[in-house]
Amino acid sequence: MTERRTRLGDGVGQAIRRHGEETYPHECCGALVGSDDRVTAAVPLPNTTEEGPRRRFLVRPTDYMLAEKQASELGGTLLGFYHSHPDHPARPSQFDLDHAWPNFAYVIVSVASGVSRDMTVWWLEENRSRFEEGKLNGDQDSDSDTTASLHG
Amino acid sequence: MATRILIPTPLRPYTDKKDAVEAEGATVGELLADLTRKHSGLKAHLYNEHGKLRSFVNVYLNDEDIRYLQKEQTPVSATDTISIIPSVAGGSSHSWIHRFHN
Repeated sequence: MTERRTRLGDGVGQAIRRHGEETYPHECCGALVGSDDRVTAAVPLPNTTEEGPRRRFLVRPTDYMLAEKQASELGGTLLGFYHSHPDHPARPSQFDLDHAWPNFAYVIVSVASGVSRDMTVWWLEENRSRFEEGKLNGDQDSDSDTTASLHG
Repeated sequence: MATRILIPTPLRPYTDKKDAVEAEGATVGELLADLTRKHSGLKAHLYNEHGKLRSFVNVYLNDEDIRYLQKEQTPVSATDTISIIPSVAGGSSHSWIHRFHN
């Protein structure tokens, strides 16, 4: 399988980490805007879940539309979404898998005791059976050449 | 009767990168069935294994969520616009039982 890659532009990785730390112990979420494999902006969005924000996030349709609009205004496209896993590893859960959209990059940052740790990026496989991990570049703390996969 | 359907970014690879396509049908359900016949890659991402729209797939008739109309039986006309709008959800725990709109 072709390895997929996401490059975070200047300040994007830090912005995602900061968001995850600010909302801790709740999950943060936001949109990734850019072009091709390069993310030029992380757009924070409200976590509107009613099922416990420590373990869930939800981007409503209205906020999704706002993200599409902002991406266009920033001269880019919507490349995917990010969210945090408070006190959990930066690996997608079964719930993430069940609710994933294809062709989007899913960046996950682990936040342990309020401090951001690992950051990873994942894509849904076409048959929806699992996520494939990609290469994340541009985040000082998580540049990696390794790939792995998570079976759903 | 062809009705315009707006396609969100993650599904455009299945519609030749088009952000809007046309499909035919008298109801939302018929339109979506025609849409997935014409663009077969969409089906697995719109419908679950039981043939129901996935909980995080929102379908709007103009500005109204079809869940608050007649769901997939909602009548459509050529002057209407259908929008497929994602909810994006996830989280760290494995044990939660989701309660979306279904």
